[in-house]
Amino acid sequence: MSVMRLLPALAVLALPVAAAAADPIKIGIIAENSAISGIAIPNGAQIAADEINAKGGIDGRKIELVAYDDHNSAADAVRAIQRLATQDKVNAVIASYTSEVALALEPWAGRLKMPTITPGAASDDISKRIHADYDHLKYFFHGYLASSFLASATCDAAKDLLVDSKYHMKSAVIMSEDAAWTTPLDAGFIECLPKVGLKVLDHIRMSPDTTDFTPIYNGIEGKKPDVIITGISHVGVQPTVQWANQQVPIPQFGISSQATSSTFWKDTNGATEGIVLQLVAVDSVPSTPKTVPFAQAYIKKYGITPAYSGYGAYDEVYYIADAIHRAGSTDPDKMVDALEKTDWQGTVGQIRFFGKDNPSTHAMEYGKDAVSGLFVQWQDGKQVPIWPASVAGSNTLKFPGFVKLTN
Amino acid sequence: MLALQVLIDGFAISALYGLGAVGFTLMFGVSGVLNLAHGGTMLVAAVVAWLAADTVGALGGAAAGLAAGMATAFATYFLVVRPIQRSRSIPREETEIFVLTGTLLWGIMIQEAVAYFTTTSPHTVRPLIAGVTEIAGVRTPTNEILTAVLCWATIGALWLLVNKTKAGKALLAASINPRGLTLLGYELSNIHLLVWAIYGVLAGVAGVLLGAFLGVSSDNAGTLTASAFSIVVLGGLGSVSGSLVAAYCVGYLETITSYLISPAYRNIPSLILLVAVVYLRPQGLLGRR
Repeated sequence: MSVMRLLPALAVLALPVAAAAADPIKIGIIAENSAISGIAIPNGAQIAADEINAKGGIDGRKIELVAYDDHNSAADAVRAIQRLATQDKVNAVIASYTSEVALALEPWAGRLKMPTITPGAASDDISKRIHADYDHLKYFFHGYLASSFLASATCDAAKDLLVDSKYHMKSAVIMSEDAAWTTPLDAGFIECLPKVGLKVLDHIRMSPDTTDFTPIYNGIEGKKPDVIITGISHVGVQPTVQWANQQVPIPQFGISSQATSSTFWKDTNGATEGIVLQLVAVDSVPSTPKTVPFAQAYIKKYGITPAYSGYGAYDEVYYIADAIHRAGSTDPDKMVDALEKTDWQGTVGQIRFFGKDNPSTHAMEYGKDAVSGLFVQWQDGKQVPIWPASVAGSNTLKFPGFVKLTN
Repeated sequence: MLALQVLIDGFAISALYGLGAVGFTLMFGVSGVLNLAHGGTMLVAAVVAWLAADTVGALGGAAAGLAAGMATAFATYFLVVRPIQRSRSIPREETEIFVLTGTLLWGIMIQEAVAYFTTTSPHTVRPLIAGVTEIAGVRTPTNEILTAVLCWATIGALWLLVNKTKAGKALLAASINPRGLTLLGYELSNIHLLVWAIYGVLAGVAGVLLGAFLGVSSDNAGTLTASAFSIVVLGGLGSVSGSLVAAYCVGYLETITSYLISPAYRNIPSLILLVAVVYLRPQGLLGRR
């Protein structure tokens, strides 16, 4: 009997410990597991969770991940977020690298009052919709650079590397896949490329199920541009390999999401040699003190470098946990308030979100003291940083022999 | 210049379509099986060639891909088609529909397995020959020329086999009158085994060449089956020469469309042609009825 009487007292004493054991912070993950940019999301998040848990968790609470494969389908993703909210009772969700999927999840994050962050989708509509309907959609955060920022970054890099360099390039053709994320990207390209001195000779939007790029490359070659500015994510291997096999004499420069992972070299049998692309972070450049240790941990665990979305997912687990710590609660509204005040040094830079009054509400800030990204070129099987100058060092652009440069 | 470009590109892609469709139509003509795991078979050949090329080189990879195509064909026959054909609980008149469903599901299983092991991103088989060749001013990848040559060599070998060898003639006879053939003392199951072997070689070669020419991803399996199916329907079910004619119609229509209109509308005119042929001449271009 005495033991029974003691129990409540023991329970009170044990409360913090019991809470830690019984009440983990649960984070849901929704991603396409069979895609390079998709699988990097649960993989990156797992490393963050393991690190936090190894240090005893956040306020004594462990991080627990619940992951679902959405097969890159909006319908599957919506079912997943419903299940995460109602059955798994997670506190936040990290979801998808595809804008169409992220846009489908956005209203559900609102209805379910589920703080949700995308580590890889790019469409500007994500944040525009939050601005237009803040009260309902404020639970969604855009944890990757918006397409218009990607376009600005590409133009800035093109100015330094292609126009104001020994190449003196003057004209470009835009080649992008037909998808939600490239609509604002292409609009950005069309606006900013002429400003940096590259005349846009043509603008090609191709179907993401294109398999034969010969007619596209022949059409582009006919316009005689100095460079092809790319906006590709769901396609990648085929346009790259066919560019090399057909020896298209024009360099490619821009966004190529699949090329962000080290597996791309093998997937293309090395045809990616000479491709120039934007990245939020790369394993060899300490954008922040956290970048290289994370990339090394990822390579150690999975054998390849993280695709761009892996960096985002890793950071997101940390700043979600940080927001819960600062809010002192997992109440969704308090978490949103805390997430809005995020000022977190992640692997990709200093992460902050635009506020309620900015037209890009909850978009990740782009800029030198925020997240600026960098450009790399595939050279001899490695992603070599070439822009900005601060990370490039003595690296310069090197194109394969078949690329004819006017200089 | 543009005309020559269309001529060259269209020729290579059509040869590839033809090779892909010939095995499919031969299988139907001889054994009455519509193999809806066709795209999956080509996919396995291409992916294995890609994986193996890393350790054994391009040529060894191609051989491994070919072997994988054959293995997949035999697996389809022994694990899916033959059990259905021999099952006593499936009524005779429903066998075909069961084979159709069985191979469809088998094809999806192959596709999902490939996606699981090698992701959904496309893979490109290392080309046997790198570099480009100028044909009257048109820069053509040497591998594209090799692709067309190998396609036609394989089709030529098939022609020789069917028309000049005893086993081939038996194959031909089986497609015309299987009953008569059994009366002559031929074992039909041996003929079926032979046709699956030939099918495996054809689909394997087509898969490896496609993988080297354009690249394949697991997502393509369904499209590959559908495109072989529509070429075969266009040419006339079971007619090998009809399939070749249809492959060239489709290949050139697609190439002309992508050059003159837009690559985005590439397959629309050939689909319209298919609808028109099915409507006006349901037996297909060279089909018998």
